[in-house]
Amino acid sequence: MGFFKKRSVDDLGEKKRDMPEGLWTKCPSCAESLYESALARNQRVCANCGHHFTQSAPERIAALCDEGSFEELDAKLDSVNALGFKGYLDKVKAYQEKTGLGEAVVTGRGNIEGQPVLLAVMDFRFLGASMGSVVGEKITRAIETATKERKPVIVFSASGGARMHEGILSLMQMAKTSGALARHSEAGLGYISVLTHPTTGGVTASYATLGDVILAEPKCMIGFAGPRVVKETTHADLPPGFQTAEFMMEHGLVDLIVQRKDMRSTLAKLIGYMSKTKVAA
Amino acid sequence: MKQVLEFEKPVLKLRDEIDELKRKQASKPSPAIAIEISKLEARLIELQKDINSNLNPWQRVQIARHTQRPFMLDYVKLICSEFVELHGDRHIGDDNAMPAGFAMWGDKRVLVVGHQKGRDTKENLLRNFGSAHPEGYRKAMRLMRLADKFQIPIVTLIDTPGAFPGIGAEERNIAEAIAYNLREMMLLKTPIIAVVIGEGGSGGALGIGIADRVLLMENAYYSVISPEGCAAILWKHREHAPEAASALKLSAQDLKQLGIIDGIVPEPLGGAHHDHLEAATNLKQAVLDALAELESLPHDQLLDQRYQKFRKFGEFTEG
Repeated sequence: MGFFKKRSVDDLGEKKRDMPEGLWTKCPSCAESLYESALARNQRVCANCGHHFTQSAPERIAALCDEGSFEELDAKLDSVNALGFKGYLDKVKAYQEKTGLGEAVVTGRGNIEGQPVLLAVMDFRFLGASMGSVVGEKITRAIETATKERKPVIVFSASGGARMHEGILSLMQMAKTSGALARHSEAGLGYISVLTHPTTGGVTASYATLGDVILAEPKCMIGFAGPRVVKETTHADLPPGFQTAEFMMEHGLVDLIVQRKDMRSTLAKLIGYMSKTKVAA
Repeated sequence: MKQVLEFEKPVLKLRDEIDELKRKQASKPSPAIAIEISKLEARLIELQKDINSNLNPWQRVQIARHTQRPFMLDYVKLICSEFVELHGDRHIGDDNAMPAGFAMWGDKRVLVVGHQKGRDTKENLLRNFGSAHPEGYRKAMRLMRLADKFQIPIVTLIDTPGAFPGIGAEERNIAEAIAYNLREMMLLKTPIIAVVIGEGGSGGALGIGIADRVLLMENAYYSVISPEGCAAILWKHREHAPEAASALKLSAQDLKQLGIIDGIVPEPLGGAHHDHLEAATNLKQAVLDALAELESLPHDQLLDQRYQKFRKFGEFTEG
């Protein structure tokens, strides 16, 4: 589903983060003014209240993988305008320039505390991390590589949903990625899905909720439909905390909520159980 | 009340004229009226052909949503000599938006599962306008597994504006219910044929749409988002739905060209709502033809072809 938020990218993008003059950032949760450099050192988590700011894919990968172990795959895959959607490629290009990324997901091989994994990390700054052909293909290839190399796969999701500029092709990425996960699972391999703010629409309704283990960052928004759509459909007040990680954990979707500072060690621990033989550290 | 589409008004007017003449002819027969009737009938066919060949995507969406269009259970009634409906997901409840059961499709044993819409308020309350909850998708999977166990082919009839975006649906993890079906349908060791008979609304459609053959009725549509939803986001107003419908390439012809669907099931002139029986006859045959192609395939080949079918979707460059 193409549940985009109109304002989402600008809300969370560089503009806000860099004001004023890139030195200070105001925490939207506790209103504390934070030194940009200190925030970056703290993995973009507010030192005062623990609010998790949006983290870029490169920042996340650097924090997760053993130093120098990450080897990016399929970096050259690029979008085409298969439907002839007006202005689509200009938009993609603008986001490529803005983020320095080729697309809304970065995939590759890496080690987490010495354990080799295939890793895919979505970046919400890139067109709301919507899933089109390139996102679907890169994630599918990462899963297929993991199956072939008998490795676990970890996907960090964040997404506004399927990318409507690629129409039905975007919808079919849900089927493609889920199919690759079916084969990976059949091969007896483990998949950890990590939900970050916000994970919605077609991504939630495919690989993001298919993890053998599903982790989430604190307070991140997780949903199928966006809250506005739910409200308009049901004409009802939404329950408190609706569609937050905590709400979803209470309703049995999420295994564990993990602080960003603990993500690497938690993943390492879990991966240790996802092979036939657990090697004592 | 019967729904009348704007672009069909000339057809209905001409039909009324013909009916009027026929009444006259019945009460007071005359050769002149007989000639007039046959003239008008010929004109009617020409007019319908003309409208039909010039339908734009938005008009097809309107036909796909027509309340007089045959719905899932209409097709089942017209096609299947037997239908044993089975209920419930074994956990929470039964979803009336997604009926399912064993059926005789011609001389074939099948499991039929699909979305069911309603024609009036009462029916729509029961069927939730064809928008299924998680329980519907989980019931579908439970019964598809049962079909797999007894080597019974699966026919899914897709007709939904989308999975239900409600509070309860979110609380019971509608996204996971759909995702789970996407993964598990890839592994079912029995032929699956999916036919979009009306609306193929996004993830809610795809949730029973993983298949060895995917067909669309001639006036059905299949899309990542409704034209109204797309228009609201990209054009900032739902009024631009006709433009969005064109841009999304959601019609049967466009989807065939994109290689997304395997075939188009022809509808009677003007659309399935004009002749349920003819539409059902065509659907019955299309499914039987697809079944005949798939039945003899060994399981590993069937599953491999199913995987590759969806694996190839997507367009990109690799510089």
